[in-house]
Amino acid sequence: MNAPLNISRRQFIKATAFIAGGLVIAFTIPHAKRFLLPGKEEAVAGAAKLPEPNAFLRIGTDNSITVLLAHSEMGQSIWTTLPMLIAEELDADWDSIKVEHAPAAPAYIHTAYGLQITGGSSTTWSEFDRYRQAGALTRALLLSAAAEKLGVPVAALFTDNGAVVHGDQRIPYGELAEAASQLATPTAVTLKDPKDWKIIGKATKRLDGPEKINGTAKFGMDVQFEGLMTAMVARSPVFGGQVKSYDDSAVLKVKGVHKVVQVPTGVAVIADHYWAAKQGREALKVEWDLGPAVSMDSKTLFDEYRALAAKEGLTAAQAGDNAAAFAAGGKLIEAEYQLPFLAHSPMEPLNCAIHIKDDSCEVWTGTQMPGNDQAAVAKVTGLKAEQITIHTPFLGGGFGRRANPAADFVTEAAHVAKAAGMPVKTVWSREDDVKGGFYRPMYLHKARIALGADGMPAAWEHRCVGQSIMKGTPFEAFMIKNGVDATSVEGIADSAYLKNVPNHKVELHTTESVVRVLWWRSVGHSHTAFVMESLIDEAAHASGKDALEYRRSLLKGHPRHLAALNLAAEKAGWGSTLPAGRFRGIAVHESFGSYVAQVAEISIEEGAVKVHRVVCAIDCGLVVNPDSLVAQMESSIAFGLGAALQSEISFKAGEVEQSNFHNYQVLRMSAMPVVEVHIVPSTDKMGGAGEPGVPPIAPAVTNAIFAATGKRIRSLPIGNQLAEA
Amino acid sequence: MTTLNINGVDQELDISDDMPILWAIRDIAQLTGTKFGCGMAQCGACTVHLDGMAIRSCITPASVAVGKKITTIEHISQDKVGQAVQAAWSEIDVVQCGYCQSGQIMSATALLASNPKPSDADIDAAMSGNICRCGTYPRIRAAIHQAASKLA
Repeated sequence: MNAPLNISRRQFIKATAFIAGGLVIAFTIPHAKRFLLPGKEEAVAGAAKLPEPNAFLRIGTDNSITVLLAHSEMGQSIWTTLPMLIAEELDADWDSIKVEHAPAAPAYIHTAYGLQITGGSSTTWSEFDRYRQAGALTRALLLSAAAEKLGVPVAALFTDNGAVVHGDQRIPYGELAEAASQLATPTAVTLKDPKDWKIIGKATKRLDGPEKINGTAKFGMDVQFEGLMTAMVARSPVFGGQVKSYDDSAVLKVKGVHKVVQVPTGVAVIADHYWAAKQGREALKVEWDLGPAVSMDSKTLFDEYRALAAKEGLTAAQAGDNAAAFAAGGKLIEAEYQLPFLAHSPMEPLNCAIHIKDDSCEVWTGTQMPGNDQAAVAKVTGLKAEQITIHTPFLGGGFGRRANPAADFVTEAAHVAKAAGMPVKTVWSREDDVKGGFYRPMYLHKARIALGADGMPAAWEHRCVGQSIMKGTPFEAFMIKNGVDATSVEGIADSAYLKNVPNHKVELHTTESVVRVLWWRSVGHSHTAFVMESLIDEAAHASGKDALEYRRSLLKGHPRHLAALNLAAEKAGWGSTLPAGRFRGIAVHESFGSYVAQVAEISIEEGAVKVHRVVCAIDCGLVVNPDSLVAQMESSIAFGLGAALQSEISFKAGEVEQSNFHNYQVLRMSAMPVVEVHIVPSTDKMGGAGEPGVPPIAPAVTNAIFAATGKRIRSLPIGNQLAEA
Repeated sequence: MTTLNINGVDQELDISDDMPILWAIRDIAQLTGTKFGCGMAQCGACTVHLDGMAIRSCITPASVAVGKKITTIEHISQDKVGQAVQAAWSEIDVVQCGYCQSGQIMSATALLASNPKPSDADIDAAMSGNICRCGTYPRIRAAIHQAASKLA
């Protein structure tokens, strides 16, 4: 595993801080300018770039090892997983590991996506090499420093638990850090053979656990400093609306309110604290020009989508001759599915604190895209990106909402701070968050399936209607081809099932709206898996075959789907007798490079579904931290189940009908099933963990509902559809 | 000036009587472990103890707390039950994003203080007011059972 290195310049050292009584030698980022924004890179010799180890870790003379995360911790446990990669190759003492979010800087650009982002369930696989290499490079430097110090060849030394060892002598890394940082980085590095791993693959406790248990963990909402004001913004109740006029006379009488300023998104009340800002905003009178969206209505919108679905759309995937295959006859399934807009609703409402100074600016916000936010603040303030420091505290959930190419909440906060002329933390109320847009888009699917004599699909026509997430973002260039946003049809156009359906056509109608949309945990798969797995169940039922056997037949040649499917079915006891009143449903779906199957066990109680148990199997390739993978499956099931059962953002007379958790309902403890997670042993290509557990849960549950009641749920949320039956 | 006893210490706070305890704690006393999630007692992120009872501090005016003892997450380790709950949380590695966990721990501690051996149904009833968007519910349930058995 020798990899070429292209680092020729000497590393620099910088004594930056005293921590715990010891001088910390911080490896700096000497080559930061080598990585500029896309299209502006200086030529870098060689295709394989090894990381600058100093950008990813610091070794203190107190022996502490601080790992800098190029990605944001929002629950998915990368605060632990990425340090595991470095610690493995560095032979670090795990107890000496500290973790920080990296600043917004070119060194931290995503190895696959080309900008600094946490998303796409990509952190672990995309950093698997870079973080291990950073650990290995640093270890090599420490060995060289020790060899020089002792006057022995490197071959006479080895590393163990945070020290270089020579015979009976142990030199802690902290004693070698300064010398090591002055050495030229080696030109090749050897990574450990997986059989020698001591940390990778071992269930490891979260490093952020203690501070999140004792209340000391700092989130964006917790940023406080002398002079920092709190702002709340009154925004148009209808998307696209503008301020016509406002009256702040009553606002300024509220104790604690300092200012009222107009910003592009509305009117901001600046106050000493949240309570004053909230009372001030309630006293504010704004006259809005609501604009054309004032008549927007979800029911009408679905009718418009339905009308579009009757027409041919842009082709996203095609094989064989659908027309001839449908003409050949056979049992026909025709179905329409619909899914609502969804809000992400992370527990921490959106917030962003900004302190604009003459020639610099500091920003504190829980973000999944610090570089993008830096650019957004630069645009508003007129400062250069490098004058803007982005501090990323912990994210109180993200689910995609805090990775917004439009940088909506950061841009707005920058306008507020600029107009106020003082440091301001703009805070969204829960209502602002629920009503604030950037939703998972609503979708309507229309499918027609002709079954062959063997009961298997012989022809499949599938039309999707909904908004594009990628349009207008930096991802548009490579995610939208021939007018088709790949995320609108992912999970269908590339479905493993359809590869075994000789005649098929997947079409897309992309709609436009003032409602801005965004990726929501599992992106397009959040609607496509529900539709595909329901349709497969419909086909299995129509052909009189077992839902599991039918899937097995149609997934021939897809071993990873089958491995997950078979493991989940086996562990769930598929086919075995259930207690009276219990029913099972199954679903399997690939997303983000991982394969997840789930079996849901339900009953119907008083006209509502109760999910008792979910057995989940995942193949995501090599697993770095098995316990955090299990946690992500539990998490995904809770997230997806809550949405399937109850969540919906709907519009009436242009306004969002929901406002807070009483009517935008998410999963609570009482509805949480027992979850059993089984990991498919795999050395296959690594996939993601944060999202792939979400897509299968809705169809697993609705397929179980069909088994229980004969009622096919074709619209989410399930809501009270069973009571109506 | 309003005097609130927070974590055993009397504090003179310049607040209006109607300011919810949440904002008195967070923005005035600057104890940020207690979280804002919904502002209408729907999510439980703001849960603190008032004379040992779990309350939603986002809707409870500060005036209600005058003459009573407010306990927040920063002080719950001083309580035997709270300490056991935190230890179980650590052992089972409950947290994910962590934002709701202060409230979860405060609710769980209040539950165990009044019901030392809760059933799953008791846990559902006591904890369903605390939302976790990361879905740490199975681990919360396991941690409550574990704390209960350690305290028994």
